[in-house]
Amino acid sequence: MSPDLWVILTGILAAAACALIGSYLVLRQNAMLGDAISHAVLPGLVLAFLVTSSRNVVPMIIGAGAAGLLTAYVTETLGSTGRLYRDAAMAIVFTLLFSIGVILIAVFAGQVDLDQECVLYGEIAYTPWDTVVIGGADFGPRAVWILGGVLLANLLFVLLFYKQLTICTFDPHLASSVGISARLWHYLLMTMVSLTVVAAFESVGAILVVAMLIIPGATAYLLTQRLTHLLVLSVIIGALCAVGGFYGASYFNASIAGFMAVVGGVIFGVTAVLTRWPRRA
Amino acid sequence: MDIWDLTYRFFSLADANVRWVVAGSMLLGGAAGGLGSFAFLQKRSLLGDALAHAALPGVGLAFLLAGRKDFLLLLLGAATTGWIGSLLVNAIVRHTKIKLDAALGIILTSFFGLGIVFLTAIQKSGSGAQAGLDKFLFGQAAAMGKNDVIVLAILGLVLLTVITIGFRRFTLITFDPDFARAAGLKVGWLQFVLTTMIVCAVTIGLQAVGVVLMAAMLITPAAAARQWTDRLPLMVALASLFGILSGVLGAYVSFLAPRFPTGPWMVVAVSAVFAFSILLAPRRGVISRVRTHLNNRRTMTRDHVLKVLFKAGQESRRWAASYPFEKISQMWSFAPRDLRRGLRSLNRQGLLKKDGRTFGLTDLGVGEGARVLRRHRLWEVYLTRFLELPEDHVHRDAEDMEQVLTPEMEELLEKLLDHPEYDPHRQEIPYVNPKEQA
Repeated sequence: MSPDLWVILTGILAAAACALIGSYLVLRQNAMLGDAISHAVLPGLVLAFLVTSSRNVVPMIIGAGAAGLLTAYVTETLGSTGRLYRDAAMAIVFTLLFSIGVILIAVFAGQVDLDQECVLYGEIAYTPWDTVVIGGADFGPRAVWILGGVLLANLLFVLLFYKQLTICTFDPHLASSVGISARLWHYLLMTMVSLTVVAAFESVGAILVVAMLIIPGATAYLLTQRLTHLLVLSVIIGALCAVGGFYGASYFNASIAGFMAVVGGVIFGVTAVLTRWPRRA
Repeated sequence: MDIWDLTYRFFSLADANVRWVVAGSMLLGGAAGGLGSFAFLQKRSLLGDALAHAALPGVGLAFLLAGRKDFLLLLLGAATTGWIGSLLVNAIVRHTKIKLDAALGIILTSFFGLGIVFLTAIQKSGSGAQAGLDKFLFGQAAAMGKNDVIVLAILGLVLLTVITIGFRRFTLITFDPDFARAAGLKVGWLQFVLTTMIVCAVTIGLQAVGVVLMAAMLITPAAAARQWTDRLPLMVALASLFGILSGVLGAYVSFLAPRFPTGPWMVVAVSAVFAFSILLAPRRGVISRVRTHLNNRRTMTRDHVLKVLFKAGQESRRWAASYPFEKISQMWSFAPRDLRRGLRSLNRQGLLKKDGRTFGLTDLGVGEGARVLRRHRLWEVYLTRFLELPEDHVHRDAEDMEQVLTPEMEELLEKLLDHPEYDPHRQEIPYVNPKEQA
């Protein structure tokens, strides 16, 4: 397979994994939590890196997952003191965690082979050359395996717990009355978001992750009223962004991740205008 | 040079360069903090985050068009795309069923993506002149010079003037847009002016804290200031002050270690102010609220002890009789620890006398017990007579009200109810100090 195809496949897998889980964030009116978590995991990543002094995936996922959950938890707790609105609490928590992460990187500059810009941009273009080699056999890019795994995990999560997620999203009070803890499912969903963010942005960058968490779900939300349709549509839109972003970026010789986000914005804009059109006429 | 020398050089402001950096950082912190108060109260805290990210393509575009790094042009570009982003957010919320959170997310990511596309394209064209454009991501206060600060000062002054002139109007549209509309204010226009000012504050803040952390400089000072006061003018002033303080700290760190990005240190400083505020602020602070809660609980236990001891002696008219601890704890559902503490404090206040292992009311205590019981039963009478509640529904409510009723309210109740002798459960209402009666 040519490197271009690998990059496109990586993009599609990342977009699909994010779109699936991000649709729930959009429906819960908590879309910016994806943005918050994707910034807040930075100190977790750095600490995991410092402790194990390697770019091993497992400690990084644990560190970042912990930081992501911490964000969700502190946001909820500060919000529930009634002293702050939840969006303000979120802004305060994630900016602080991100700052701590950047400072840690600056302090341990010699020991950390990470920089905040690679976390933000992510260079999806390099993924085809970082391959999994077992016993001399090349099994394809590492990012494809990781993102494929995340997509599979998210798919299983949504399929297995479809009922619980749906009830908790649309009617948390009903959920509590039938014995489904809305709190528990909130945090489980946040865990999945954190995992997705970590796994995805190591290879493709935070900006693409946040864009794909929010834009496909929001666009699909304009097009349908049914949750199943929305989920499928969001994955398709995510894949479209990946393909469009890749070709756009290679035409302009620019960042692929950035261009995927731009394509997402354009798709949303066109959809928003077209769905408004019939009503105006 | 060691750290103390550097610290002295910084705070003595002897160095002209330091003076410009400090002045610039203070302007940024102050303007962002003050304007952020409005965004915070309008529940649009993340607007600053979205606008700051939306400013990035403007920076890239201005550079591409001008072909060089002109501070003023870069700011103009940043403000333009940030401003377009804010208009698009409003348009999405108004015209589609997408809510504010997702609208912000869409604009933030697609604009930021565009910014990165521009920056990478500029980098790959490799003219070399682009070096430093990425400072806009994380900010570098130390890079500010005289001309930058003059631009910032003028902008800051304009913002301050507009805020002062329109303060009452902005207050009104923040707290009650419907009323503002009814009063003939152009809410849409004023909101537009406010958003434009926030765009300006974000733009001038970019230089110091960068795109990623601008949200904190708008919201965290405001959230901290909110804990100290309920008055908007004071809140705006405090938020500016907090912003200025963290601006100075950011500049200081930037001066000590130029390779450190400034923004994160400013954010850590202002977050520390916030943590301090939410824990320690009088009345709204977490610690003060826990204390109030504990105090209420203590008063409640004490009132209950007085009441049950008084009631236990009511039948035999021997109010001052003594009872062992176990007996008292059975009279009401006391938690043993609360009860022990309550007994000790009543003993100290002279309302209770301890006699070996038993406790009994003093004369003063009998009077207090009678008062608590009287308030309870008067309230029960009031509820049955005036609100016509059934008598088996009034006990719990009276249990709460006996804590709240003041002597003045009690007197009014007595007069209103014409000194009733019995409560709805046919139990006697104790009036004067029974000791004196006997």
